[in-house]
Amino acid sequence: MDTFLQQLVNGLTAGSVYAVVALGYTMVYGIIQLINFAHGEVVMIGAMVAFTVINALAPAGLPPLAVVLVGTACAIPVCMLVGYAMERLAYRPLRGAPRLAPLITAIGVSILLQHLAMLVWSRNVLAFPQIIRSTSYALGGALITNVQIAIIAVCIALMSGLALLVYRTQLGTAMRATAQNPHVAGLMGVDVNRVIAATFVIGAALGAVAGVLFGTYYGLAQYTMGSILGLKAFSAAVLGGIGNIPGAMLGGVLLGVVEALGAGYIGDLSDLCAYGWIADFMGEQCDGGGHFILFGSNYQDVFAFLVLILVLVFRPSGLLGERVGDRA
Amino acid sequence: MNNVKLGIALIAAAVALAGCGEQKPPVKAEQTKIAPAAAGIEVRIGHVGPLTGGIAHLGKDNENGARLAVEEANAAGIKIDGKEVKFVFLAEDDQADPKTGTTVAQKLVDANVAGVVGHLNSGTSIPASPIYAQAGIPVISGSATNPKLTEQGFKSQFRVVGRDDQQGPAIASYLATTKKPKLVAVIDDATAYGEGIANEVEKTLKAVKVKVLPREKGTDKTTDWKAVLTKLRGRRPDAVFYGGMDATGGPLLKQGRELGIKAVFSFGDGACTDKMTELAGDAAEGMLCSQAGIPPQAADKKFLEAYKKRFNVDPILYAPFTYDAANLLIAAMQKANSADPKIYLPELQKIDFTGATGKIAFDDKGDRKDAEMTIFTIKGGKLGPIAIVKGGKTMTYEEFIKGGQ
Repeated sequence: MDTFLQQLVNGLTAGSVYAVVALGYTMVYGIIQLINFAHGEVVMIGAMVAFTVINALAPAGLPPLAVVLVGTACAIPVCMLVGYAMERLAYRPLRGAPRLAPLITAIGVSILLQHLAMLVWSRNVLAFPQIIRSTSYALGGALITNVQIAIIAVCIALMSGLALLVYRTQLGTAMRATAQNPHVAGLMGVDVNRVIAATFVIGAALGAVAGVLFGTYYGLAQYTMGSILGLKAFSAAVLGGIGNIPGAMLGGVLLGVVEALGAGYIGDLSDLCAYGWIADFMGEQCDGGGHFILFGSNYQDVFAFLVLILVLVFRPSGLLGERVGDRA
Repeated sequence: MNNVKLGIALIAAAVALAGCGEQKPPVKAEQTKIAPAAAGIEVRIGHVGPLTGGIAHLGKDNENGARLAVEEANAAGIKIDGKEVKFVFLAEDDQADPKTGTTVAQKLVDANVAGVVGHLNSGTSIPASPIYAQAGIPVISGSATNPKLTEQGFKSQFRVVGRDDQQGPAIASYLATTKKPKLVAVIDDATAYGEGIANEVEKTLKAVKVKVLPREKGTDKTTDWKAVLTKLRGRRPDAVFYGGMDATGGPLLKQGRELGIKAVFSFGDGACTDKMTELAGDAAEGMLCSQAGIPPQAADKKFLEAYKKRFNVDPILYAPFTYDAANLLIAAMQKANSADPKIYLPELQKIDFTGATGKIAFDDKGDRKDAEMTIFTIKGGKLGPIAIVKGGKTMTYEEFIKGGQ
């Protein structure tokens, strides 16, 4: 039971980060039907900028939390700028083009950003400064660290903040209008270009925070970290129904939990020696408490994509993705 | 009308170009044939290691070692067959990827290298080795420790570093005798290297009646080990061994301590670097790890000074070995008085050489005879050697240094 609870805590933490990154994918898709594959790289740049700032400030003797906050505060505007530049320079000129053109451009932007980051921050795995001392608290048999609590709290705050923005403000209304029909929204006096740019910038700001959270949690940053994280967040967005904001949140958390539980239990479940008749069949392999494990925990990353495939087969529009008309 | 003219001109140009293309290679071949007579011979030595990706720092370190040897040989004005030799150093990046490894191996073969130092990883060295063997080009790895590399029967394959089946037993027996664990968890990163060393550790532990949990696996890109570690925590092992690199080992150690696992963490050479303290922070304190061979700081003083002077950094891990590997190639060429792989290969097989890492001689598989293994620990945030294992015997590092000098 302790183990199960612990896996759940781990999964929730990783899932919250996925959810925040997934929001960036889903918002952009909702509004212009573009899968912005460069979003993972924005997250990476957020982590890298924070890495540099935190490293520079760490010896100054400021309180650790303040240093991390300053790092985040520097990462957010940089990522917003990257998000804006990306939209203005790469995607806006292709607004009327066939859908494949911006998609391939997105992959190009992703490669470009990755290699720019490599030039600036080197190819090495960077050790994210661990200035926040991690303290563990017992939670009914599971241990939860202060960093994990902070990550979950920040993610919930960001998600509710975004929900407020989209459903309660004028900008949010404009975003939803543009998502429904950009032409009509334009005729109604919505500045469509500004709304789309704002969507990119907000998504990038969320990505920056996710990057800092990721770096603080795992203690490392690297120029390639955006690709697998981005891919998983994208899966989470599709899982929840791409274009749907609550869907991305649900998808992210669900993906994190499925991944943690999957990696934690697949080894035991696929141990052929645990099943009577197969064990007899395996003979020597299983004698004296032996094991013959078909799928080890290295299949962790496979789960994210397995879930994605299953959802696409049985529910192509995602878990919450039925209201196609109301993407935002 | 104009279009027709243009078309004809284009065709003419194309024919001319094609003609040039066909004629070029013979010209080039003649040039290289004539050139040696005029200004000595040019001998190409290749080096392969990952210069991009998670372990690029180790790849650069290896490359620097070999580069230093080649530069020194050029400065010394070595003569082979009466002619002055200019060694040309070709450094390639295999990205620690088996596929890229074979591509760059073929590239070096096509570039007519006389010998190769590398590759860094076992995972890239093993698939690349048949390519070199087929071309008859001697290749010496300074860091690939998977036993399989020299078990394939290729006469041109060597290594100057110990094998996992020597390194694994060394760390495992040290663990078993000093920490006396009852139950050990073994994890690997599903690469040829990680799995190889983890298998050897498991075998050695089982031989001395230590119980080993079913193997857990990650990948060489895993950053989240919590699922695996949480599962292990429930089984309460006294020690954990991880076969993998520092980029994944650091997070593993950090997350293990966060989950409250009190076991001793031990690693192979891939995670036996200072990077562990950066990546794992305080959690790295007290971890054990092994390196095949002797620590870089125990290498020849002359090498250490030359390296520092040339590259402005200290060697990280295997630079002394790649330095020796490149020197071995050059020494064998000098002995055979030829840079032709077919002629100098027999000299390499029976060489007796004293390099920056001590005496080097090869057995009939191409492995180094009597390779030493070093056990390290992290204390006060610093990685330091604590014991040397040689031929199944353990002695403390201080004893070894005293005995050697």
